[in-house]
Amino acid sequence: MAHSTVGVIFSNIHDENIPELSRHRTMASVPFVGRYRLIDFALSNMVNSGITTVGIVTKNNYQSLIDHLGSGKEWDLARKDGGIILLPPYSDETDKPYTTRLEALMSITGFLTHRKEDYVVISDCDGISHMDIADIVRFHEEKGADITMVYHKETEPCESSYFMTLLPGKDGRIKGLKINPNLKGEGEYNLYVNVMVMRREFLINTIQDAVTRGFSSFGRDILTKNVDTLKIYGYEFCGYYAGVNSMEDYYKHSMELLRRDVRHEIFGGRDIYTKVRDSAPSKYLDGAVVRNSLISDGCVIEGTVENCILFRGVKVGKGSVVRNSIIMQDTVIGENVSLDCVITDKNVVIRDRRTLAGCETLPYFIAKGRML
Amino acid sequence: MLRKKECVAMLLAGGQGSRLYALTNNIAKPAVAFGAKYRIIDFPLSNCINSGIDTVGVLTQYEPLELNEYIGNGQPWDLDRAFGGVHILSPYQAKKKSSWFEGTANAIYQNLHFMQKYNPDYILILSGDHIYKMNYAEMLRAHKATGADCTIAAIEVPMKEASRFGILNTNPDGSIYEFEEKPKQPKSNLASMGIYIFTAEKLYKYLEEDEANPASSKDFGKDVLPAMLKAGERMFSYRFSGYWKDVGTISSLWESNMDLLGKDPTFDVGDPGWKIHSRNPLAPPEYIGETADVENSMIALGCEIEGTVKNSVLASNVVVEKGATVHDSVVMAGTVVKANASVEYSIIDENVVVEEGASVGQPREDGAGIAVLGKNIGIAAGAKVQGGAILDKDYKGE
Repeated sequence: MAHSTVGVIFSNIHDENIPELSRHRTMASVPFVGRYRLIDFALSNMVNSGITTVGIVTKNNYQSLIDHLGSGKEWDLARKDGGIILLPPYSDETDKPYTTRLEALMSITGFLTHRKEDYVVISDCDGISHMDIADIVRFHEEKGADITMVYHKETEPCESSYFMTLLPGKDGRIKGLKINPNLKGEGEYNLYVNVMVMRREFLINTIQDAVTRGFSSFGRDILTKNVDTLKIYGYEFCGYYAGVNSMEDYYKHSMELLRRDVRHEIFGGRDIYTKVRDSAPSKYLDGAVVRNSLISDGCVIEGTVENCILFRGVKVGKGSVVRNSIIMQDTVIGENVSLDCVITDKNVVIRDRRTLAGCETLPYFIAKGRML
Repeated sequence: MLRKKECVAMLLAGGQGSRLYALTNNIAKPAVAFGAKYRIIDFPLSNCINSGIDTVGVLTQYEPLELNEYIGNGQPWDLDRAFGGVHILSPYQAKKKSSWFEGTANAIYQNLHFMQKYNPDYILILSGDHIYKMNYAEMLRAHKATGADCTIAAIEVPMKEASRFGILNTNPDGSIYEFEEKPKQPKSNLASMGIYIFTAEKLYKYLEEDEANPASSKDFGKDVLPAMLKAGERMFSYRFSGYWKDVGTISSLWESNMDLLGKDPTFDVGDPGWKIHSRNPLAPPEYIGETADVENSMIALGCEIEGTVKNSVLASNVVVEKGATVHDSVVMAGTVVKANASVEYSIIDENVVVEEGASVGQPREDGAGIAVLGKNIGIAAGAKVQGGAILDKDYKGE
């Protein structure tokens, strides 16, 4: 069934959630757990569900994304028919580049029209989960739905600047849909996780209709307005889901992967595909002390590393103590350095004897390429 | 202009590696795992691409399945090319005859048409048995500069080991006046590394002649090179002084793995200027747990370590449970060392399960030798595998 589904991934939506990390890159190419980028999770979910064509909608700062995706071969998506298809913004004298999700969809009608698959799954890059897309399509078919929206039960308020909550009835049909509601004192609610399934024809017709009516917002003009007339169904995703809606979320969800149950759910029983770098395996030298940490390839550790996530090619010098930190690719930590609750972006250099600390709710962030 | 390649590499990967015992029961020696994420063949293949040689014929014969699958279309080494790239060359049936490769020279002879398709000026002959980093482009430069018909890469070995190698006796300018295959009384310690560059036309000529000679054993070292020398062809040595190790025995395979460890390792696979490419495991970063104690070791992606790992090389997805210890050992992908089990001075192949409390091998200082466990076997809870033992079946203890 899933071979009859085409994927669409929005790479830029939610960039504003973590401006520190998305200043020079798309949300899709934000580095995550050592050797991945956020898009790897959405893309691997699709590939593992048998999807062989994925259109990736970009808008700005997508150089790092193009570099990451390459020909798509690491995801088995370098195909003659389909594969990864980058969909950069379209503009001419009359059309400006899109500003909303609906406008973005309008700009890819050509892509959607030329495909032959029955279904479209639309996903953003802000979520970490192990989701079976084929199961969602099956649900969509069984319900005879127009639109299926995937939701996850949450209790903590959502920090995203734009999110939706769903009110499903007993049969799963959505009775109410709210954009950015105040969640204070709400308790448990159903957060839409930005994964949606439709028939391809339905989506194309909906977009064309929206163009003639001059609509601009998918959430406001199409979903909330038509909740009674369209058959919108909610598919509850019961597994582990982590939305990356803020720097605090980014830190918290990264650290959750140190938990065995979470790690095994996300990585177990299937592959998460990513670009490979041919780094050597990591080396632990005499005097190294490493506890409760995820270490990527190419690292050389001579100091102490506790409760940390180390990306590829990180060096931790002698006598240094790094705790509760996320250290991104090729960061070099000198000797006798002390770090606690720090996030370094790529290629940061921390010289000998520096001491830096943040806290769990406000990790100390060091931008790409900085030298301290 | 005729499409051509200046230099085509032919990699002899048919080695059975019988002295690796249980480790080569079902795979050819070049496919043996090395250094936590590599296989032996990654080294010559990476050397090729790093030297700018993008056309490689890999000659397989013994247990080729896993090697063929590993090489695939050559993409991990950037050897998936529209013209050139890596090609597996297996023995085949032909109208006139069909035969297995009879010797190294015969193997190349049977694939003359493959090389000739690329119309090369030079042919590089390699073996898939060694761990080393070498720039073949520099060797080719030397071959051209001396105007040689054949250049043989050579390395100085300890005099007492010289009788195990093909020994080159050379003039001060590097030209070879004598070639002795495994001499009892070596005159020099300059050993052939089994890496040859031939001027293509000369190679074709001597292979044809060798093939027509019924007395020949069809081997480069024993037949082709001596014949060329006798005929007065220009043959030069090319001196190499870096790390070069034949990993053909259990102890040399173990030593070579250990050479990767430490801050200034004897052999560095992490050199960004000479990357060793390989088929990468699809695995998350390794997890080093709360109770882990890891020192002087190399650990690959996907491992989950809760026990003690010292002076060891662990390949991807190895699990070392709480209370378990792994010392002075090489552990290949997917092996599980359960709680309170111990592994000392051993080489353990892929997907072995060492059950709780079992012990494999004896400490190195006992002098009992390296214990070897073949692929996919189980060591029962509490069982003891002696140092130096070689097992390729499940073991339940005495």
